[in-house]
Amino acid sequence: MSTLLEFVDKLKEKNEAWVASVVEAYGEVTVFVPAGSIVDVCRSLKEEHGFDMLADLCGADRGPEEDPRFEVNYHLFSTTHYQRLRLKVLLAEDDAHVHTVTHLWKTADWHERETYDLVGVKFDGHPDLRRILLPSDFDGHALRKDYPLRGYEPYSLN
Amino acid sequence: MATAVQNINSPEVLDSALESQMTLSMGPQHPSTHGVLRLDLRLDGEMVIKAIPDIGYLHTGMEKLFEYKKYQQGIVITDRMDYLNPLGNNLAYVMAAEKLLGLEIPERAQVIRVLMCELQRIASHMVWFGTSCLDMGAMTPFWFTFKEREKILNLIESASGGRMTPSYFRIGGLMMDLPAGFENRVNQFLRDFPDALETFDTLITGNTIWHSRTKGVGIISKEDAIDWGLTGPSLRGSGVDLDLRKVNPYSGYETYDFDIPTEPDGDVWSRFKVRMRELTESYKIVRQALERLKPGPIKADAPKIVLPDRDDMRKHMDSLIHHFLIVAEGFNVPAGEVYMAIEASKGELGVYMKSNGGPKPERVHFRGPSFVNLSALPVMSEGEMIADVVAIIGSLDIVLGEIDR
Repeated sequence: MSTLLEFVDKLKEKNEAWVASVVEAYGEVTVFVPAGSIVDVCRSLKEEHGFDMLADLCGADRGPEEDPRFEVNYHLFSTTHYQRLRLKVLLAEDDAHVHTVTHLWKTADWHERETYDLVGVKFDGHPDLRRILLPSDFDGHALRKDYPLRGYEPYSLN
Repeated sequence: MATAVQNINSPEVLDSALESQMTLSMGPQHPSTHGVLRLDLRLDGEMVIKAIPDIGYLHTGMEKLFEYKKYQQGIVITDRMDYLNPLGNNLAYVMAAEKLLGLEIPERAQVIRVLMCELQRIASHMVWFGTSCLDMGAMTPFWFTFKEREKILNLIESASGGRMTPSYFRIGGLMMDLPAGFENRVNQFLRDFPDALETFDTLITGNTIWHSRTKGVGIISKEDAIDWGLTGPSLRGSGVDLDLRKVNPYSGYETYDFDIPTEPDGDVWSRFKVRMRELTESYKIVRQALERLKPGPIKADAPKIVLPDRDDMRKHMDSLIHHFLIVAEGFNVPAGEVYMAIEASKGELGVYMKSNGGPKPERVHFRGPSFVNLSALPVMSEGEMIADVVAIIGSLDIVLGEIDR
């Protein structure tokens, strides 16, 4: 069974540009992937290295003063060798979009909608990118660091 | 089967609906939706052409709230997510923080965590069993299952003080040790439980109406189940032998002797059978945990993170200082990020926790099993009857508190 870093090496062998950097901490491996390569990396990991399940996909805001400001984390899991790998895509505030992975894993559908809803990252090619938890007329993205905890004004359903 | 979800309000959908189909809005107050879930069903007669779940009615911004609370304050929020399995949520959250902090949890605390989580799993499955039968018109099992659940809630209450919101697990151990006589009360419960299981079986498992309502309904194949990210009993009902307690063990689960029930067919009946068989497995784990319960510390040896005992505080100056600092300022967690996944009663409960080194997390994300399992509802219910949608929702065992967060 390959260890997690071996998967990363194989990715690098295939295309050097796919892996920007690798961080190993707390027994977990995080691979930083350029935004343009995420679909290729995911496809390679899914089809050649057995990562057949997308356990989780979530966005995070690093703060308005940070550049790149947003990150999208892909937590891959394998139902054959039971290992987990985290892919991370960093996105600048004025260019906060990344290609969807819904065609690789259907489960990405709702995760991407949630990330779009709460963090405001757009997923190109998503079949139905609209808000999922907040109402469709909600203003702003609640999980951004500059969005106040109590909102701007009392929200009314009318 | 069509799986693309399109905007129900788009002109094409509305026009085509006028021809021969009708759109039915099921919920958000429908009792069989287990909370406030709304389904947009497009029907041809009684057959479901398209099902579009609409969620968010219970959204309370918990993930935002975590960022404004200290690590130890976040535990209380987790109780309110999957309110049928609060101890599981506590466990996932505290284990994520413990992973960042690198804490070593004492043996007794580990055993108690396993014991309580398995009791909670039984309680959660009791609610699932009672309500999913109730949805399909079988009212009797509900009264029996809630009787058993009540006993477990009483046990949890005696240990933690809370029935639905225990917050019993703390970062570094437990809130407090088990009360005197707890083992006997669990033993009493365990003595009666096999009889209760037999009663459930007599009531439902052999029932012909139950068979015709569940067999061959809401089928999802093994490949689809993995593609849609199903986990827990819903995945094992499609024949995938995957349980995080076995494959990514935590809290010492690798040392317990239990089996992973799977059923091959992927229908409502298979998921029902898996959960029923899991009750026996959890029962086995509780018994083993009870035998392993030896006296010992229940908190990690980390005075700057774990609250000291009351008695210590009265005698030692440094304990008092630590207590003050933990409560007033919290404790700093090393910068980094972890993803901690446990096998909750409904599937993989994952916590993504990111710290920037301060006393409050930078980002906490909960990957709720109900959220992901519900997203696969359309693929299971399209082509079925309306009444079967109720059966399928019941078989997924969703909790809207966790879906909406």
